[in-house]
Amino acid sequence: MSLPKPAMRGLLGKRLRFHLPIAFGLALVAAATFKFTVTEPRKQAYADFYKRYDSMKEFNAMREAGVFESVRPAGK
Amino acid sequence: MLHLTAGRVAGLFSRRGVAALSSSSVKMASHGHGGVTEQADMSVPLYWDRLDTPLPDRPYKDTLSAADKSLKQKEKGPWNSLSKEEKLALYRITFNETYAEMKKPTGEWKTVMGGIFFFIGFTGLVVLWQRYYVYPPHPRTLDEEWQAMQVQRMLDMRVSPIEGISAKWDYEKGQWK
Repeated sequence: MSLPKPAMRGLLGKRLRFHLPIAFGLALVAAATFKFTVTEPRKQAYADFYKRYDSMKEFNAMREAGVFESVRPAGK
Repeated sequence: MLHLTAGRVAGLFSRRGVAALSSSSVKMASHGHGGVTEQADMSVPLYWDRLDTPLPDRPYKDTLSAADKSLKQKEKGPWNSLSKEEKLALYRITFNETYAEMKKPTGEWKTVMGGIFFFIGFTGLVVLWQRYYVYPPHPRTLDEEWQAMQVQRMLDMRVSPIEGISAKWDYEKGQWK
């Protein structure tokens, strides 16, 4: 009936030494994943859109569709 | 409509009933059938079967029979001379249930889950009735044609043209991409 004496001290330190690197690693992985799946494609999408954007053409298209109150569709 | 299974009823009564009952004939508080009820005397140490109290305030049996008394006398000597049955009898004098018996699963969870699902189902019926008898008619903005006109107006205004709804519409062909 002689069991080994259980660990009496350093329990929190042991837990932190194990869990904190994992926590930091996972946080970094989460941030990196978000950056490369969300922010980079979004920046690219915006860059591509504005590369070929003609604002006057878009304006006239919207004007013809009749969504403005300041200008009527061109014509009568 | 109570759904008490036998197991749940037993669970409700087993702990409290056994704790108060002992061979010193203290009765459970009954639900007053005529006035005179006997209740456990709470001013003296009581016996509990509790996981967090390994040594209750008093032994389970405090009025010992003659056989128990002689066993207690034998306990004062060397314990090697006690047989296995005597050791078990001594345990049962001091304690009612072992930890293994206290921790025995009760199956109460089945009743709980059954009750939960039953009442969720009943709520579903209530909601269904409500949909037909309580809710007023839809506003016209929820009609199919109105919604179509809304989407058309959003496309005309070029709402979210980069990653959103207007980005998914092909303006040359007049259809979704």
